[in-house]
Amino acid sequence: MNSATFAYLSDFIKDRSGLVLSEEKQYLVETRLLPVARKHDITNLDALATALRTPFSGDLATDVIEAMTTNETFFFRDMTPFDNLKETVLPALMKSRTSGRLRIWCAAASSGQEPYSIAIVLKELGAKAAGFTFDIIGTDLSMEVLERAKAATYSQFEVQRGLPVNLLLKYFSQNGDTWQVNQDIRSMVQFRPLNLLRDFSALGVFDIVFCRNVLIYFDRETKTDVLARLAKQMTPDGFLVLGAAETVVGITEAFRPMAGKRGLYQNSLTPAATPREHLKLSVG
Amino acid sequence: MRTCLVVDDSSVIRKVARRIIEDMEFSIVEAEDGEQALGHCVESMPDVVLLDWNMPVMDGLMFLQELRTLPGGEAPQVIFCTTENDVGQIARAMRAGANEYIMKPFDRDIIESKFSQTGLI
Ligand SMILES: C[S@@+](CC[C@H](N)C(=O)[O-])C[C@H]1O[C@@H](n2cnc3c(N)ncnc32)[C@H](O)[C@@H]1O
Repeated sequence: MNSATFAYLSDFIKDRSGLVLSEEKQYLVETRLLPVARKHDITNLDALATALRTPFSGDLATDVIEAMTTNETFFFRDMTPFDNLKETVLPALMKSRTSGRLRIWCAAASSGQEPYSIAIVLKELGAKAAGFTFDIIGTDLSMEVLERAKAATYSQFEVQRGLPVNLLLKYFSQNGDTWQVNQDIRSMVQFRPLNLLRDFSALGVFDIVFCRNVLIYFDRETKTDVLARLAKQMTPDGFLVLGAAETVVGITEAFRPMAGKRGLYQNSLTPAATPREHLKLSVG
Repeated sequence: MRTCLVVDDSSVIRKVARRIIEDMEFSIVEAEDGEQALGHCVESMPDVVLLDWNMPVMDGLMFLQELRTLPGGEAPQVIFCTTENDVGQIARAMRAGANEYIMKPFDRDIIESKFSQTGLI
């Protein structure tokens, strides 16, 4: 591919998905897009770029973006976020609300392992969650992964990465070589297509947002913009969960890290816990 | 260094498992069947046992039941690793005192994942 093609393709991909591709990612573009070109009977990537410029390139454009996104995910990925959810986030929210509806958004849901892991954590709360209902919404840019998420059917390899076998026995049904998430867990999660680069205010306000392993692909400006808009879709006492390699530090003032809780952030509007405790003590 | 006892009648499987588990800084002891494995445990209790189900002489399930009756035999984490991938069999192994279960074929990611879930790494 010539350098004008690479420049065009990387601009196109960044504009549609946020994914930033530096010069040294040329090989990645080639390995991922050549099969797309072949599928559309296009001979090479220069011709693919030309085809993308024509009107009615809808299917091709979708295929290009889907091919470039990395959808890698697994159940209970990194574990800590799910421990934090169980031990810190849910107790705090259930204490301040005492009853009602908690809304959870999984903003890069991929093939569903993350939202279903969240649903399992909630289900495991059992009686502790009495009086609460939970809505989990999983969104992603890619229709392909969302179809897989809705089918909720996973290979033997997929269910063995991250998922303890007792939870597999409890919440999945075996069907030959594949395993499907049971209906009671599936019904807790709704999936919708959504591009984080576009306006998402129509989704409403959330108490908990998981936005993991997607911001890493964006440039700083895009990260700042997405995080600022996320903050507006969250309750003042809401929690944001980022991936292990992501942070808000140096990127936005909208959230602040929670001391001692890796990957967990609170809206900057929330007064920090320590000063408030301190105030209570000195007053009372 | 902690030790992992790899019990499988296939030398190929033992070799693959050894390579992966050694990288996680365990020393490996191998056994071809349940009886050999039990002998190792009587001599020196391992920290973890990676255990096949179908083996001649003494199968995995019988080994597990015997192991748990030995002095100190409740300590090792036992991870079944077998082609018996039916939900009923998995449940049976867990009731018999296994800590985790790997359905063959496995890969490095799965072994690492199961070792981390059982708190070994
Ligand atoms: C690596 S996966 C992360 C999945 C999961 N959150 C996890 O941590 O395991 C990244 C996902 O982000 C999605 N994605 C990429 N760009 C996006 C965008 N602009 N808007 C919404 N989703 C996007 C991809 O389709 C992919 O499924």
